[in-house]
Amino acid sequence: MTYEVPEIPGEQTEDPTGHYEEHGWPLWEVFVRPKRGLNHSHAGSLHAPDAEAAVQNARDAYTRRAEGISVWVVPSTAIYASDDSEAMFEPFEDRPYRHPTFYDIPEEVGQM
Amino acid sequence: MTITAIAAPLLKYLVRLADDNLVLGQRLSEYIASAPEIEEDLAVANIGLDHIGVAQHLFSYAAEVEGEGRTEDDFAFWRTEREFTNALLVEQPHEGFGELIARQFLFDAYQLELWEALSRSSDERLAGIAAKALKEARYHLRHTSSWVVRLGDGTDESHRRMQDAIGAMWRFTGELFEADDLDRQMADEGVGVDPTTLHQAWTATVDEILAEATLHRPDDPYQASGGRSGMHSEHLGHLLAEMQWMQRTYPGLQW
Repeated sequence: MTYEVPEIPGEQTEDPTGHYEEHGWPLWEVFVRPKRGLNHSHAGSLHAPDAEAAVQNARDAYTRRAEGISVWVVPSTAIYASDDSEAMFEPFEDRPYRHPTFYDIPEEVGQM
Repeated sequence: MTITAIAAPLLKYLVRLADDNLVLGQRLSEYIASAPEIEEDLAVANIGLDHIGVAQHLFSYAAEVEGEGRTEDDFAFWRTEREFTNALLVEQPHEGFGELIARQFLFDAYQLELWEALSRSSDERLAGIAAKALKEARYHLRHTSSWVVRLGDGTDESHRRMQDAIGAMWRFTGELFEADDLDRQMADEGVGVDPTTLHQAWTATVDEILAEATLHRPDDPYQASGGRSGMHSEHLGHLLAEMQWMQRTYPGLQW
């Protein structure tokens, strides 16, 4: 099976012609950990010239209202994404037995 | 205006500290929508807002010390150029991003030491403001240091422009470490700090970053001075005109 990695025009990390302005800064995906005990989750993306700048930009763009205690940044080009959702995910839609909905919940438990 | 002899020096000292932050915050606001990328726009605006926030706290405290019913807005919008006591460095205009970063970097390294010292002030209110500002200054320095290194140790052109930018701002750094009678009095009382004592640590920070950035410390022997006594460069008047225009045209206008 082959996957096509999409090219994002204008956001290459290296510019073969040497004209940096034409391409701008590379794109980064930002993951913010909201508070202790929770996982980092995707907050959005931004441009930055390198990883340190990306972390600093992420602070200003995605944590300015104290949303997080930790930030990860990943070059967008490093994200390898699923496609073809029909083949990937639709087969699971008719497998309700994989959801834990067939248990009798004792009354003492109350609302779950 | 009647200010008690005890309150007057403290009032003057607070206003001096506030003026640096207000003028620099206003300078940074000029750059909004002009940064190389929108992300850096946010960063510069954020740093500018930090400075204006510190100025607001200091002016507000100064107004209480004075006890004449003035507010922080009165200090910001109703004083003339000669009444501003900010250092010359913060009023310098920037030609491009390199100069903005150079000015900010040299000033951040100073404020880091200043707030560190003032967070131990015997004046609890001032110590509290300094402790909060210290955290912000640490981040500002981290941001500007990384840019000095990125540009200094970047391409030939970015290296040259960063070196020129450091050179353009260098002559305004000496004033930050000059002590006058007010500084010495505040330091003696344990309220303030003698700025001459901050110079060594500042030099160490600046030298370390410049070395990492493959830049050299300028050897310009000329150092300008006068801001602390209200003798400013020609640039401050223009900055104040823009900043104060609204309140002076529509006195008491509120958003």
